[in-house]
Amino acid sequence: MGVRRKMALRFDLIIFTILLFASPVLSDLILSKVDRRIDLTSQIVRITSTLKVENEGSEPVSEVLLAFPDLQVKDLALLKASPHEGKGKVKSLSASLPVENVKPNGMPAALTFYAVKLPKALGKGDSYTFDVLAVFAHALRPFPEKITQADIQLVVFQESAFYLTPYVVKVQSLSVKLPESRIESYTKLENTKIHGSEIKYGPYENLPSFSYSPIVVHFESNQPFAVGQEVVREIEISHWGNVQVTEHYKLVHGGAQNKGEFSRLDYQARPTIRGASAFKYLIAKMPPRVHSVYYRDEIGNISTSNLWGDSKKTELLIEPRYPLFGGWRTAFTIGYGLPLKDFLFELEGNRFLNITFGSPMNELVIDNLIVKVVLPEGSGDISVSAPFPVNQWEETKLSHLDLTGRPVVVLQKTNVVPEHNQFFQVYYKFSKLSMLREPFMLIFGFFSLFVAGIVYMHVDMSISKSSAAYLARLQWDEVQAAIQQVENVINRCLTTHDKLEASLRDLSRTGDVQACKAARKAADGLLKELSKELKLVLSFLQSSSAASQILPKVEELVAKEKDLQEKVMAKHSTVVDCYEKKTGIRDSENRVAAQQQKITALRQEVENLLELIDEI
Amino acid sequence: MVGKTESQNGAVKATAAPAMNLESDLFSNFSFKSFKLKTKQQELLLRVSILGLVYILAFITRLFSVLRYESMIHEFDPYFNYRTTLFLTEKGFYEFWNWFDSESWYPLGRIIGGTLYPGLMVTAAFIYWTLRFLRFAVHIREVCVLTAPFFASNTTVVAYFFGKEIWDSGAGLVAAAFIAICPGYISRSVAGSYDNEGVAIFALLLTFYLFVKAVNTGSLAWALASAFGYFYMVSAWGGYVFIINLIPLYVLVLLITGRYSMRLYVAYNCMYVLGMLLAMQIRFVGFQHVQSGEHMAAMGVFFLMQVFYFLDWVKYMLSDTKLFQAFLRITVTSAIAVGALALGVGTASGYISPWTGRFYSLLDPTYAKDNIPIIASVSEHQPTAWSSFMFDFHILLFLFPAGLYFCFKKLSDATIFIVMYGLTSMYFAGVMVRLILVATPAVCLISAIAVSATIKNLTSLLRTKSKTAVAGSSKGTGGSKASSKASFDQSQPFQKNGAIALLLGAFYLLSKYATHCTWVTSEAYSSPSIVLAARGAHGNRVIFDDYREAYFWLRQNTPPDAKVMSWWDYGYQITAMGNRTVIVDNNTWNNTHIATVGRAMSSYEDEAYEIMRSLDVDYVLVVFGGVTGYSSDDINKFLWMVRIGGGVFPVIKEPDYLVNGDYRVDKGAAPKMLNCL
Repeated sequence: MGVRRKMALRFDLIIFTILLFASPVLSDLILSKVDRRIDLTSQIVRITSTLKVENEGSEPVSEVLLAFPDLQVKDLALLKASPHEGKGKVKSLSASLPVENVKPNGMPAALTFYAVKLPKALGKGDSYTFDVLAVFAHALRPFPEKITQADIQLVVFQESAFYLTPYVVKVQSLSVKLPESRIESYTKLENTKIHGSEIKYGPYENLPSFSYSPIVVHFESNQPFAVGQEVVREIEISHWGNVQVTEHYKLVHGGAQNKGEFSRLDYQARPTIRGASAFKYLIAKMPPRVHSVYYRDEIGNISTSNLWGDSKKTELLIEPRYPLFGGWRTAFTIGYGLPLKDFLFELEGNRFLNITFGSPMNELVIDNLIVKVVLPEGSGDISVSAPFPVNQWEETKLSHLDLTGRPVVVLQKTNVVPEHNQFFQVYYKFSKLSMLREPFMLIFGFFSLFVAGIVYMHVDMSISKSSAAYLARLQWDEVQAAIQQVENVINRCLTTHDKLEASLRDLSRTGDVQACKAARKAADGLLKELSKELKLVLSFLQSSSAASQILPKVEELVAKEKDLQEKVMAKHSTVVDCYEKKTGIRDSENRVAAQQQKITALRQEVENLLELIDEI
Repeated sequence: MVGKTESQNGAVKATAAPAMNLESDLFSNFSFKSFKLKTKQQELLLRVSILGLVYILAFITRLFSVLRYESMIHEFDPYFNYRTTLFLTEKGFYEFWNWFDSESWYPLGRIIGGTLYPGLMVTAAFIYWTLRFLRFAVHIREVCVLTAPFFASNTTVVAYFFGKEIWDSGAGLVAAAFIAICPGYISRSVAGSYDNEGVAIFALLLTFYLFVKAVNTGSLAWALASAFGYFYMVSAWGGYVFIINLIPLYVLVLLITGRYSMRLYVAYNCMYVLGMLLAMQIRFVGFQHVQSGEHMAAMGVFFLMQVFYFLDWVKYMLSDTKLFQAFLRITVTSAIAVGALALGVGTASGYISPWTGRFYSLLDPTYAKDNIPIIASVSEHQPTAWSSFMFDFHILLFLFPAGLYFCFKKLSDATIFIVMYGLTSMYFAGVMVRLILVATPAVCLISAIAVSATIKNLTSLLRTKSKTAVAGSSKGTGGSKASSKASFDQSQPFQKNGAIALLLGAFYLLSKYATHCTWVTSEAYSSPSIVLAARGAHGNRVIFDDYREAYFWLRQNTPPDAKVMSWWDYGYQITAMGNRTVIVDNNTWNNTHIATVGRAMSSYEDEAYEIMRSLDVDYVLVVFGGVTGYSSDDINKFLWMVRIGGGVFPVIKEPDYLVNGDYRVDKGAAPKMLNCL
């Protein structure tokens, strides 16, 4: 309590000094009605104010000043003004009014001013209503600052009950919405009502400019105080149909520090009591048709996650490896792929990527967000349009099959809240032909691999061309070729024999002796040629020393084949003779049978020999 | 008679081989007939495609762990290897070589470059750099995870060539297929088990293959290659001691059996001298080759070779046998005397260090239990149970003796080598569980010989039969070979059916082997042991990821210079995943330090606090598996803490923690047990 009071006192003093130096109102604007709603249901503080401005002076005014104490400004993440569209539609993004930081003369130094440009200047007596949304990132302070595992987390919030403004306010009211109805304490002023988890101040009427009355609310909040100390989002575009998003998170529990020990057993048994202040999971809302989602960290996959979705959205529930208590850290990476056609569009020869800026996590405050857009290699003319100011620079990244690296646009922003999750665009030029480069590189790579293989097989790599081993190998190659030739010749001889046999069979069927003789003649000629060839090869084999081992076999083969040839010829002659002389068929059959037996045996031997040589 | 015994052999042996191989064998035989002209190319094509398939099979069968779990590093030691590899790729080789690691063995620190085998890390880094150069942006973790399967695939190729060298190409193919899916090897080479053994088995087999090739050809080039293979092996794994003892033993056996030849002389001398010089380049090994007792056998054989050669030369020069006999006597006596004297002086003066404990425990299985509790405490170092032999080898266990029979039947330099390799490694596998790994290639090769020889015999039987049948039917019988053919024909119906039945039996057994291997791989050997999976009540998978949860918490939420005390099993994982300094880790080089931790763990809390303050400890990591029913927690290991602690500090006595000789952890436990940390 003491601390709280002291803080409030300090705050008071500052305001007091402000008031001392306050000069009279700048223009003749008055705020005829101010309605403020403070949303404290999450760790992010959202203050929505509906202001009705009235011009009581004579000169037209087109700017309204908003004032914030410097203490608050450092937490201010987003300030947005939009025309009032009735209750419940405050968050409409359609037509926001431009807001800029100004430093008007003669204003107290401890205040920061923002000017809202009205759509049209207000004449005398005109009024205009608009909403101002101010989002603060770290405005809730845990008190006590250290709690144990079993304690609940209490936080303190302070504001002014009166709207701090350089104008006179006629009527104003304030409502503070809390996550739970359990309130430790709150400042009681006149006209204070408490209604469940909502505290109402006001209405107050006719307050001078810069009026201030501090209020402090001390309440229970077990909402996850997830703070991303640094989040890096990498959006990689592949023109083959995929946008790959990789997000690296460094999270810390920004609430009250955990003290004492952590008992896993207690936690597991009663997680709501013995770990109320811990945050267990985060929910990410992702676009529909998201695919290949993963969730891991430096030491591997994290198995505690769930994914479900429908046609409108996909939700990913992720649990860190351990429940995060106050002050504990964790780091992880999630990644997912998105269909290209949902996010990449073409416009007048330019392409542009249209994708959200912030992290998809619910209610996550990011201290430092870095968004990297990795464009395909060979893109140029890059420009970015973002809905709010960001730091921007360019890098290159080397990835798969890159020669020069891919251009990377880096956007950096501090103090990011979910309201920043708006679309931004990256425009660039990219020729379709460059898409083919990587496949061609691959094709070329494999092609050269095979070429190298072919070259290796066909090039003589031996160093000394005169060494004995080398010569022997050459000789052996020649011998093998020669043997192959011998085999070929023998095989052809065998087919010739088959032909002769076939002609014999024809003869027995048709009785055409002439045709049979012609076949015999042709076979004779062929065999003669073959034997000539064989002789040539044989003489080579005989001369070669390397063939000495195999030579006897080859010679045996040739001899057997010659034998076989003679037998076949003899048989052929016999049969033809029989037909010509019309001798008794039985007699001829007897003779032929004897010959046939020998032929079969010989043929078998020849074939065996062939196989044998082949195996050598 | 011969045919009968052979077929019987076949029945026993023709147990297993992946179905693919058998089919291919049959197929090659059939195609042999139908495409007579292009037999050679056909065979080559078949062989290459089978080998290619085996190569791929060896790789993908090891990916079960990635599919079941994820692409992650397994177990304990691989985390250290991964961490060092990461360091190597980030900082470069020289930094790595000179790395003083202050994160482990606090407050002593560890000189990493000088106390590890860098082969694995350098290999992985080299693959990584190559891929990077080729513009494949891979993560080093993926490279590390897939290094072991990649080398397993390479091992199949080496096994093929080795099999071809010692028997024929058929045996080579079968060996390649066997080793591709043999559980004994898979257990150490699944994706993610990024350990020295993964590449070491490849290096081991390569060295042996190249050496046998060198002995067979007598070529300097092959001997040189085997020296380089040996160098790679030395750089990769401490198991190189096996090579440096087996090869001399083999040479000795060849000398004794009178198979000494110039080829052997060239191969051994070149391999030994160059291999020794190369091995000295590894800092962890250093001058052990000339100083340690374990390497003396190789040196002794080296000198023996020279004496042998010298005697040969003298014999050639002296034609007089009597003179030679006398000379022989003198030389041999003096050589032995000089050798013994040198050894004695060396040992006595301390120049030659005596054998290390692990070496002793290999030769005498009971040694470690009595003297070095830290070696005995590792489950990998326990003697092997029969069931694990069966589990890891399945039918290969029965094929092994059959293969030995075939090897003895066709004795050559190469088969002698494989027989010796098989027998010695089988012995070591019986002594220590982890050495099953070393025996696996030998068992696969020898079994492959059995399978290949059996199937070849059977198929050739079938083929000749069909041929004679054709010949017989074509016309009549008789002729000069009628009688022999008739006898053939008579035995035909029985033989043919028998052969077919045996082939089918072999086919059945081989397919059983394949299914067994796949089952073992997917169920038993693919668990990363850091993530536990169980079946939930509804058949869904429940994953316990508590280890990583703890490590990651340490990494994120403790000060970067925090010191963590835990039992040494978890040391590597804490440094790699938690990125914090540990007191002791899995590199158990300082027994006293470990004993101090054991003492701290088993003392009363106030005493333990004192010890821990003196060690500057900030956190203590204790694993308790009681809630989930995880059995290998610290309570289970506690007795070892007591034993190891007691080995150095006699204050701690094992009986204090036991009740009537039983180890109990419940209420009935000993008071000291209950009150210690």
